[in-house]
Amino acid sequence: MKDKVPRQSMPEQPPAQRVRNYKEVPLGYSDETARLEASRCLQCKRPTCVDGCPVRVDIPGFIKAIRDGDFLSSIHLIKTTNSLPAVCGRVCPQEEQCEKLCVLTKKGESVAIGKLERFAADYEREREQLEIRAAAEMKEGRVAIVGSGPAGLTAAGELAKMGYRVTVFEAFHNAGGVLVYGIPEFRLPKAIVQYEIDALAKLGVEIVLNRVVGSAGTVNDLLSEGFDAVFIGTGAGLPLFLDIPGENLQGVYSANEYLTRANLMKAYKFPEYDTPIARGDSIAVVGGGNVAMDSARMALRLGSKKVHLIYRRSRAEMPARVEEVHHAEEEGVLFQLLTNPVRFIGDEQGRLKAVECVRMELGEPDDSGRRRPVVVKGSEFTIDIDVAIVAIGNGPNPLIPRTTPGLAVSKWGNIVADDESMKTSRKGVFAGGDIVTGAATVILAMGAGRKAAMAINTYLQTGEW
Amino acid sequence: MHRIRLNEKISPNVGKMIVDAPDVARYRKPGQFIMLRIDECGERIPLTIADVDTALGTITLYYQIVGKTTENMARLKAGGHLKDVAGPLGHPTEIIKFGTAVCVGGGIGVAPIYPIAAALHRAGNKVVGVIGARTKNLLILEKEMGEVSERLIVCTDDGSHGRKAFVTEALGEIMAAEKVDIVVAIGPVPMMRAVSELTRPSGIKTLVSLNSVMVDGTGMCGGCRVTVNGEKRFTCVDGPEFDGHQVNFEELVMRLNTYRDEEAVSMREHRCRLGEVDHEG
Ligand SMILES: Cc1cc2nc3c(=O)[nH]c(=O)nc-3n(C[C@H](O)[C@H](O)[C@H](O)COP(=O)(O)OP(=O)(O)OC[C@H]3O[C@@H](n4cnc5c(N)ncnc54)[C@H](O)[C@@H]3O)c2cc1C
Ligand SMILES: Cc1cc2nc3c(=O)[nH]c(=O)nc-3n(C[C@H](O)[C@H](O)[C@H](O)COP(=O)(O)OP(=O)(O)OC[C@H]3O[C@@H](n4cnc5c(N)ncnc54)[C@H](O)[C@@H]3O)c2cc1C
Ligand code: SF4
Ligand code: FES
Repeated sequence: MKDKVPRQSMPEQPPAQRVRNYKEVPLGYSDETARLEASRCLQCKRPTCVDGCPVRVDIPGFIKAIRDGDFLSSIHLIKTTNSLPAVCGRVCPQEEQCEKLCVLTKKGESVAIGKLERFAADYEREREQLEIRAAAEMKEGRVAIVGSGPAGLTAAGELAKMGYRVTVFEAFHNAGGVLVYGIPEFRLPKAIVQYEIDALAKLGVEIVLNRVVGSAGTVNDLLSEGFDAVFIGTGAGLPLFLDIPGENLQGVYSANEYLTRANLMKAYKFPEYDTPIARGDSIAVVGGGNVAMDSARMALRLGSKKVHLIYRRSRAEMPARVEEVHHAEEEGVLFQLLTNPVRFIGDEQGRLKAVECVRMELGEPDDSGRRRPVVVKGSEFTIDIDVAIVAIGNGPNPLIPRTTPGLAVSKWGNIVADDESMKTSRKGVFAGGDIVTGAATVILAMGAGRKAAMAINTYLQTGEW
Repeated sequence: MHRIRLNEKISPNVGKMIVDAPDVARYRKPGQFIMLRIDECGERIPLTIADVDTALGTITLYYQIVGKTTENMARLKAGGHLKDVAGPLGHPTEIIKFGTAVCVGGGIGVAPIYPIAAALHRAGNKVVGVIGARTKNLLILEKEMGEVSERLIVCTDDGSHGRKAFVTEALGEIMAAEKVDIVVAIGPVPMMRAVSELTRPSGIKTLVSLNSVMVDGTGMCGGCRVTVNGEKRFTCVDGPEFDGHQVNFEELVMRLNTYRDEEAVSMREHRCRLGEVDHEG
């Protein structure tokens, strides 16, 4: 019986060791383990797992190829619908997507779809077996992509494969979006992202770094300077704050700032790299998503002795991937659940020294269906800290909407785009990813980039809007 | 990579650099800045775009040598390169005809005030320039400011050049003598604060340019946040200019000290490697 084989775990760096380095935590499957795990797949005739994947990867198909030891066929199959499998295999919330709908989930443990996807992608990359499927012929039409996160990179890759001339504009000095400035090295090695970007360059995509569209030329400028269509994939890049007293004290960071300093600017190598970061002994991270987990685990690696994670609901409501919560706990992050900060307290120099919190309990469900946290009266207490990281979410960066007349935005400031075609209210302008949906996931951003590429192709071929 | 066309010291602690950055030159308006990174290990730092040459595709920067990055900049030679230049960033200054505009620049603040004074001058304003420095050889752009000002008052703390006075003293006299429609002040935070206090009673519109610590310069990190009129604003996208009467300067000064210790470490290590000990002010 196939389901007698247990779900294969992936070897990991032990917690005590990994908090002292920045290397990736899970180490990957061996060929044998991957084949064994693949053998657990029942090869369902009507595979439900595929419905759980936003880009509908042919899951039984690629797993069968791994089982048969045909690893390269496996990755080629994945790549027909997912252009960043090494990334998705690492960061997709699999337990909420493909694996949730795997029939084995009911009987025990699902097939480790994400881990197998990672295996196939790593196999190809480590052996430098990348297949560049360049366009057979070039097509008329130039496309500008604004932002090089997963949405922009996917759209660029698809369009280049169709034969369009594509230019990606990125505000930072490195391409990759959140994959390089937000998600830390120990979860997603930057070399993997760079490999994907190099692959785009090999397809002929031009990548222009340090170019902030909206400030250095607007979307209108791009359209009047020879681009026939523009795709906006600028992400959710506006940090939200708690708006409580003391939030501007020295030592209070937004997660975006903390992670950008640490990852993109390599502050963890200070002073070899110039960018400083406050390394507190005792740190509080506010939030319960992936961003909060990444901040907390980064703080441990930067040398903090105590890292408190303050989250106002209970563990069951935490939006972070299960694996990240588990890793954070193993590494010693102190979970302060059902807790909410009310005030940051500083010393005479304005340096953060403590955070005052209240306890919460769960009341009636709110609009999101989650039970609403309610303050427990008289439960105030303080935690001594010298650094705080606010990781409670990101809104849409307003730069492009502000500088693009006629571009419709929602009341939260997200760009309005059609679900299927990703068309905006402006002719020739498409948008997708976090700038449209609000902070979401890598795979959803990629899905949007892919749909936009199809629609841009249709638009450029027919001229119809 | 951005080729350096010229790099020279114009005072003991200020350098002038002209560097290729055609996209920046093309789109830039007065009041805007860039973020630069010297090399792979470098920090991203903001500098005002003091001037551009659109035909050549170059921008001009003036930088005060205060720490590791600016000290390294001073060492670069024409023909060398800056790794990254991103911009133009920030809200351009609102340039309209106000009437009489007093442009106050202190120390390195003269560099960012200069393009604004020039633009106000071109827009038909009567520009009165007031520039100051601690001592004569720290004064910059005197000639350039003179060219765009109807009248230029030069002050030094020690009286070695121009008047022995603070810029606020000169500004007070101008305000007493004639109607002033707008004051733009850029320089050390205590100076901008003093200017704002001086103009507050008469309600003269006063713009200051804030020098908060920045990382991305695009509104993504929130590190440059300042409190203006009781609200959280991001200097890089909402500023760098704000109404001086509404800025919480105390908080700005406090936040500027965030990396004092780290900056000291950075300099120490840097000097050790260079085998250098001396440093001028
Ligand atoms: C710390 C962190 C951890 C996360 N962990 C996970 C996870 O485990 N799993 C998961 O699925 N998702 C995770 N996410 C969410 C995921 O990363 C995002 O949903 C995804 O990256 C969105 O992709 P995007 O292409 O829309 O935008 P982004 O990745 O945000 O990329 C946008 C890019 O556009 C650039 N840009 C912005 N404005 C301009 C402009 N005006 N001109 C030029 N360029 C511009 C930005 O610099 C950036 O590079 C995480 C997010 C964060 C912050
Ligand atoms: C919009 C804006 C425009 C500016 N224009 C000019 C200009 O035209 N000429 C000029 O000489 N200076 C300008 N500055 C200040 C300049 O950015 C700092 O002097 C420079 O960053 C110092 O870097 P350093 O490594 O040499 O010194 P450090 O030793 O790192 O720092 C010295 C001091 O500079 C400030 N500083 C450090 N890092 C940053 C940073 N990333 N962002 C902002 N401030 C920082 C801090 O107050 C710090 O205490 C401007 C600042 C802003 C925000
Ligand atoms: S892309 Fe994500 S959701 Fe789809 S199969 Fe892979 S891991 Fe699952
Ligand atoms: S520098 Fe990051 S938001 Fe202004």
